Amino acid sequence: MFQVGLTHFLVVSTILFSLGIYGIVTRKNAVMVLMGIELILNAANINFIAFAKYGNFGLNGQIIALFVIILAAAEAAIALAIVLNTYKTFSNVNVDEIDKLKE
Amino acid sequence: MTNLYQSILLILPEIVVSSVLIILVLSDLIFHKDKRVIPFIAGLGIIVTGAFVINQFGITGFAFQTSSQTVRNYGMMAIDSFGVFFKLIVTASSLLILFFSHASNEIQKTKDRLGEYYALIFGMILGMFFMISATDMILIYLSMEMMSLSSYVLAGFTKLRDRSSEASLKYLIYGAVSSGLMLFGISIVYGMTGSTNLYVINSLIQAPQINLFALSFAIVLIFAGIGYKISSAPFHFWTPDVYEGAPITITAFLSVASKAAGFALLIRFIKTTFVSYIDSNGSWTLINVFDWKPILIGISILTMTLGNFSALWQDNLKRMLAYSSIAHAGYLLLGLVVFSNQGLIAILIYFIVYLLMNLGAFLIVMLVANKTGSEEIDDYNGLGYTSPLLAVSFAIFLISLTGLPPTAGFIGKLYLFIALVDAKMIFVAVIALLNSVVSLYYYIRVLKHMYLVKPTESTATVVPSLNNRILVLALAAPVLIFGIYFAPIVDLAKNCLVILGL
Repeated sequence: MFQVGLTHFLVVSTILFSLGIYGIVTRKNAVMVLMGIELILNAANINFIAFAKYGNFGLNGQIIALFVIILAAAEAAIALAIVLNTYKTFSNVNVDEIDKLKE
Repeated sequence: MTNLYQSILLILPEIVVSSVLIILVLSDLIFHKDKRVIPFIAGLGIIVTGAFVINQFGITGFAFQTSSQTVRNYGMMAIDSFGVFFKLIVTASSLLILFFSHASNEIQKTKDRLGEYYALIFGMILGMFFMISATDMILIYLSMEMMSLSSYVLAGFTKLRDRSSEASLKYLIYGAVSSGLMLFGISIVYGMTGSTNLYVINSLIQAPQINLFALSFAIVLIFAGIGYKISSAPFHFWTPDVYEGAPITITAFLSVASKAAGFALLIRFIKTTFVSYIDSNGSWTLINVFDWKPILIGISILTMTLGNFSALWQDNLKRMLAYSSIAHAGYLLLGLVVFSNQGLIAILIYFIVYLLMNLGAFLIVMLVANKTGSEEIDDYNGLGYTSPLLAVSFAIFLISLTGLPPTAGFIGKLYLFIALVDAKMIFVAVIALLNSVVSLYYYIRVLKHMYLVKPTESTATVVPSLNNRILVLALAAPVLIFGIYFAPIVDLAKNCLVILGL
């Protein structure tokens, strides 16, 4: 019988983390970049829960994951507000084209 | 139950800040017609907070310990004099920022949103306070996010200007990525040790079965989060854009208070997690799992060199001060790389000085920008003739930022260099000294514009009001006085060395 173990969870979280980094680096739309950030946060969440379950560390890891979910929601709310504000000023949310501040 | 009561007594300053935050939000609703009273509530709140912080001086203890488990839990926060020192720096800079905000046209124009502005500043202060005393990784992450979320909004507070919204978007993206990386690093450390408490991690990472590669990877990720807050290279890219685009009061606040909180966090993180013991000379011995010293030396040299050389060709003073603040983060890191109490004293002294001179420089830039609406260096042509007080004070602040006697900046640099030389790191000290020489060029360039370029017809004459003149003098006088009579700040720094260890 096939058993799902810690390694499987870690592989999933690593894939999510890498996809998140890939999204942040390649996507130009600010909303897509923010989604990449959400992927990183969720990769960390999977890590926390998997470690807590398979390492017998008690419930700490799962509580941390709850904190992070709430925080991610708060961050998404603020991030979308800022993106909306940017859209109102620049009429686009392309992070490469918003460069009024000079180098 | 008594444990909880003791913990609450230890976090009184944080409780006061939270209450003021709630009062500010409520009074924003109550006084929605006339918001003139809100700045006074905020000022009073800061003063009360400061009183509670000073009252904590000399008290040490862990807050929120759980003693029921077999393994002793060291709690989420450590209250010690090191924390009190940095909380005082944050409180003092917040008080000054409240005065600045009162004098800033940019902020006063947003009349109907003033309540939000002060409430968000208090959100930042609360986050910083927790950051300064946090000894648990998850509290570190939460407090950093608490501070960041407020500051993202504040960076874009004057929302109709495109510079401001761009600044807040960039700040948000860089900040969210680095805090996400940090959280992933924390999750790996949690997986390896089963704990998020720094003291527990300290004892567990000495075990031989720890995978050093995974630990180093996690530490690099965690440093990405903290390094972003102190704007050290290679995580400094946001700094110039955000500092230039944000309202100038917020720029000043970010450059002093948030940097102080970040440094307090970094020092406490390294000290509690990686130091195994401190010998009688006060030098720290690190646990042999991660080689902090060469990495931090490299980062600090890179940070100050990048900061100083990029500042050379900046015509916008806010942007120039942003690069200068990156360079100062590099100098401050040098105090940490010696890994001794002497280096720590040097950092604390430098922070007092940095608070005065950096906020002073931003105050002058703000007063000129109030009149002219921009921060270009050409606005300063002939300022020495049209407004002698501002020009002389600005000269004092800039000379102090360079680190020349007889200003306080010299004392700060002197202690840093003494610490480096005593640790036999003369090569690093020489590089830092050469960097100071480079920085002289761009600071003195402003002096040239103020005194050697004659004002044209179009140059605006800046006449500050009486209150602002008092504020300028209140910042300029200590910079000169501490340059000659610096015993009090050295004594204060020496009394604030206690970081609770194992």
